[in-house]
Formats: sequence, C-alpha cells, structure tokens
Amino acid sequence: MIDVKHSLILVAVMAAIMAFLRFSPFIAFPEGRKRPKVVTYLGSVLPYAVIGMLVVYCFKGVSVFSYPWGIPELLASLLVLGLHVWRRNTLISVFSGVAFYMVLVQLVFK
Amino acid sequence: MTKRTLKRAFKDSLPILAGYLALGMGFGVMLQSKGYSFWWAILMSCTMFAGSGQYAGVDFLASGASILTTAVMTFIINARHFFYGFSLLDKYKGAGILKPYMIFGLTDETYSIVCSAKLEDGINPKKYYFFLTALNHCYWITGCTLGAVLGEFLPFDSKGIDFAMTALFIVIMVEQWMSTKEHLPALLGVATTVVCLIIFGADMFIIPSMVLIATELLLFRKKLDKTSKADESGVGGND
Repeated sequence: MIDVKHSLILVAVMAAIMAFLRFSPFIAFPEGRKRPKVVTYLGSVLPYAVIGMLVVYCFKGVSVFSYPWGIPELLASLLVLGLHVWRRNTLISVFSGVAFYMVLVQLVFK
Repeated sequence: MTKRTLKRAFKDSLPILAGYLALGMGFGVMLQSKGYSFWWAILMSCTMFAGSGQYAGVDFLASGASILTTAVMTFIINARHFFYGFSLLDKYKGAGILKPYMIFGLTDETYSIVCSAKLEDGINPKKYYFFLTALNHCYWITGCTLGAVLGEFLPFDSKGIDFAMTALFIVIMVEQWMSTKEHLPALLGVATTVVCLIIFGADMFIIPSMVLIATELLLFRKKLDKTSKADESGVGGND
C-alpha cells in the first residue's frame, strides 16, 4: 500500500532542498574570500527582521474572525511579553506561557 | 571548558526541548496515521530536520505527489532558511569539521538562539553552536519517533504545547529589542510579514515577505548602517 521506492525518492528530494537552502549562503560566500559590504550589512540587520517575521509566522494559523478569535494566543503572548520584560528569564517566560496557553485551549476555550 | 559549554548549550536548549518533543510527536502521529512506520519518522527527522517541511512532507508522501511538486513546495515552505546563513557567515567561520553539520541542522529555533546568545568567557562559541544544534536534533528525532510509535495513544493531552516555539520567538524578540536602540529592522520584519500574510494568505506569504524585507533593509541601508556602527563604538544615537 505504501510505494516505498517513490516515498524514499520524495524524502531524498525534500532533504536535498532543505540542505540547498541552508548551505547556499555559505557556498556563495566562502570563508577567507572577500564578500560585498552589502552582504555583511544584510547579515547584521536580518536577525532583527527575521525574528519579527518568525513571530508573525507562528500566528499564521490563527483566525481572528472565528471562535476563539485568537484570544488564547493574544493572552498567552501578552503574558510571555510581560513576564520577560519583568524577569528577563527565558525559561520562566516560555514555560509559564505554554502552561497558560494549554489551560486556555484545553479548559477555557474548548 | 567543554563541559561548561555543553551545560550552557543544554540550558539554552530547554525551551526547544519542550517545543520539539511536542511538534515532533505531532508529526509522528500524523505520519503513522497514513500507514508509515516509525522508521520513516527516524529517516525524515534525521535527514530533513524541518518542522513545517516535514508536516507538509507527510501530505506529499501520502498522496504520492510528483517529484517536481514536492521539490517546489518544499522550497516555498522553507525558503526562510535561505536568510539564516547570511547572519552566521562570521559566527560559523572557522568551525572546521563541525561546520557542515551546524549548517545542515540550522533550524528556526537554533538560528534564533545563535543570533541572540551572549556567551561569557570560558565558553567556546563554535562548540556551543555545535552542541546546541546536536541537542536540538536529538530532541527532534526523539519527538518524531515517539509520536510515530505511540500513535494516537499519547499518554496525555499535549494540545497547545507547541506554543513553546511562539513563546521562544517572542522572548528572543524582547531580548533583541532591549539590546539595541534601532528598532526599524524588527518593526519592518513584523509589519511586512503581517501585510503579506493578509494579502497572500497563510500558504504563500513567506517568499513575498522575504523579498520585501530584504528590499526595505537595502533601501534603509544608509540610515541603518550608520546606527550599527554607532552602536559598536558605544556612541549613542540622538534619534
């Protein structure tokens, strides 16, 4: 019922694409060779923009127009934000946020 | 020194441990529900090491998608990974024999920690990045395999535990925000992605976001380049 050969080929293709995406910047700009200043500049500002992008990426499946209107995500995110500004402890912020979010989606907004 | 480095990497990886076990198990459950044994979960988590990529991969496998469809869709879904290397060209420089594996295992989560970790003296940065990558990879393989073995008979209701990733990215964004006076790149990243998500929808917004963010950062280069130099030399900006 499973086409083993075709499935193996697909896994190999997906792994190759992943490796291509991850390796290409390092192959395009190898160690010891001068690289354009603009690449160094992008490398220095991208982390800030990319983390912003990843935060939004995490909310891509949230619908604000239907129940529960993104309320659990909003409340848990605010808790993480507040806790982290206050205590600056990553573990406390993350695990409190997760526990609170699990309570919200499992018990409150069923 | 190595032990201290490993300890620090383990401590920083704990939020990811929770998230990867949860997300990995979700993947494993999905995969076995399509008739694939846990060997496939091990194979995919070892060779791909990609959350959203593997979730989509289950659909490709189960539907017997063509090679071209699989290649193009995997590229689109994971294109954001293309950005990560640009910020790590210097950090990963000189990592030698460890470097290929560190690049191979560069996930969203590892990238975000590598970018923001402030390492004290006595910690070997290259080894720290390597340990972080390897630990995360172990968590991911464990999660994926457990999910495929246990299937629907999970011992507890894990719904919502994947919020660990969201929380981690929010924390890192707060840390970055507090570490610099220049908030334009972060604001551009959020605003551009929100606009693209609304316009292009949840399946197609990442590549337009990436292109726009890169373009905007290039347009603001004059302003931002100056600020980054001022930050480095310890001179505060006036604006």
